[in-house]
Amino acid sequence: MAMLLLLRHDRRAALAALLVVAILLAALPFLVNLGLGKTWVRILDFTLLYVMLALGLNIVVGYAGLLDLGYIAFYAVGAYLYALLASPHFGLHLPFWALLPLGALLAGLFGMLLGAPTLKLRGDYLAIVTLGFGEIIRIFLNNLNAPVNITNGPQGVNLIDPVAIAGHSFGQTWSVLGFSVPGLYLYYYLFLALTLGVIAVSIRLQDSRIGRAWVAIREDEVAAEAMGINARNIKLLAFAMGAAFGGVAGGLFAGFQGFISPESFNLMESIMILCMVVLGGMGNIPGVILGAVLLTMLPEALRYVGPLEQALFGRVVVDPADLRMLLFGLALVAVMLFRPAGLLPSTRRRREFDSSEAVLAQEQASVYDAHK
Amino acid sequence: MMLTSNIASGQPLLIAEALGKRFGGLAALTEVSFAIRRSEIFGLIGPNGAGKTTLFNVLTGLYELDEGELTFNGAPLTRLKPHQVAQRGLARTFQNIRLFANMTALENVMAGRHVRTRAGLLGAVLRCSRTRAEEAAISRRAHELLAYVGIEKHGQALAKHLSYGDQRRLEIARALATDPLLLALDEPAAGMNPSETGDLMLLLRTIRDDGVTLLLIEHDMKLVMGLCDRVTVLDYGKKIAEGTPAEVQRNPAVIEAYLGGPLT
Repeated sequence: MAMLLLLRHDRRAALAALLVVAILLAALPFLVNLGLGKTWVRILDFTLLYVMLALGLNIVVGYAGLLDLGYIAFYAVGAYLYALLASPHFGLHLPFWALLPLGALLAGLFGMLLGAPTLKLRGDYLAIVTLGFGEIIRIFLNNLNAPVNITNGPQGVNLIDPVAIAGHSFGQTWSVLGFSVPGLYLYYYLFLALTLGVIAVSIRLQDSRIGRAWVAIREDEVAAEAMGINARNIKLLAFAMGAAFGGVAGGLFAGFQGFISPESFNLMESIMILCMVVLGGMGNIPGVILGAVLLTMLPEALRYVGPLEQALFGRVVVDPADLRMLLFGLALVAVMLFRPAGLLPSTRRRREFDSSEAVLAQEQASVYDAHK
Repeated sequence: MMLTSNIASGQPLLIAEALGKRFGGLAALTEVSFAIRRSEIFGLIGPNGAGKTTLFNVLTGLYELDEGELTFNGAPLTRLKPHQVAQRGLARTFQNIRLFANMTALENVMAGRHVRTRAGLLGAVLRCSRTRAEEAAISRRAHELLAYVGIEKHGQALAKHLSYGDQRRLEIARALATDPLLLALDEPAAGMNPSETGDLMLLLRTIRDDGVTLLLIEHDMKLVMGLCDRVTVLDYGKKIAEGTPAEVQRNPAVIEAYLGGPLT
């Protein structure tokens, strides 16, 4: 805390800290590769994708309070747009810089389309309908291979073009100033840049006229409308904005992976992303990032449990895959019990859940006032 | 402080003609007509269940009108959505306070400025000079309004942590942030003690003197009689009397509605 205060007051200290963070982030894939191997650089790339997704969902769930259980659909829309327009499937090979905004746009459009029928729904009902929509998109992708083959059905789309900038494909190793930089690292830097962009947009939206309107409709829709906030447009904007982030992440995923199939976009993924948002701290950007990082990396770390058991007991006692869901459930329960507002709650939500005596006393006092 | 700029004198600010609203078989409002003049404090009273809040909800677009016409500031108000009503300059408070509980007092008032400001998604993301100027103006105005209703020291407190009286004041500040021509208050003194009610009366007079017309639903007769220029009385969804507080007080129909029988 003292550190933070120091940073706020001393511009030079803040700049120095920023520089250190920047160098660390730039060196991260090299360090991870040295320490943990190439697999973990790949995991790092995925982590950044999930950070983007979680921040997108955070706009819908955290800011505007609209519980969306079908968010993965927008990831799918972005991914399929990229895959279909940059693969041998249709023989189209559009460039990456065109596909990314197009994916954001199309996903945003889908966000509004799927948001529009749910405008009058709240809470549980909204969750159920969005869950249905998410599944509908996946099932469509699964079945749109006949009579006209659009999505190639359950087989998915293969041989998707890797991201390329100025004719240099990320599929190959680049040599920059004598360094050889593998594609995996290039993706890391690209994802990092876009993640930083998403973070910047999230921060700016939070403290804006639109951001306040989102929180206002979350708090009391009737009052917000009476104050002149057009709840319909503001909600659609939240759906579209969140979906657009998902679409960008989806496009990147398709280029990075080289192969996508409907299976990658199932309900479990939606729930995972929602868990990242809730576990980390709804509405708080650092919290959401932390949630995404933890929930992407911890399951991967559990892969080491199998060999560890082998070494300790001579056989695998508990299948690590089972362990993964078990620990995941335990972690969620623990967070609910001990940090109900998330690991890093926003100041607002921390106070929301704060039932310290001071607050209670104050509330009792106001109740007393009311009956005087 | 200047609260409103768009004051055209002449015809009344709000004209209600033969309003009717039914819920199934229940006639909540029948043939209710009245006119609110500019810069007056207009009271709406009646026993519980008389249709006062229904009338409020019809005025502010929360309920759709079944019959009748509403004209506000020279243009029809019928069939507008609540946010359009606010846009046109009619702001309200709620009987059971409806603040944005988990926003600070300041943010509540800032949210009230939404309808008079323009920055959109692009402005927020790019944070261009116009957006920044607008944001600064919103914040400045919100501070002014908090000071105006006398709760500036609680600006950073969450709305739900304010005392009851301060919550009522905050609701008024938030409504004033929309630059209303007409401010409709649904039982603003409910649950207040006499000294708080006295302070509220002063505040409401100041608001009127600063150019905002007031429509007031109230049970506190002392407040109504002390504050209102004219009063309309509703009973079972019908208008039974209208006039100055003193006239209404002497009206036999009103006395009957409140006390249940003529005084002999």
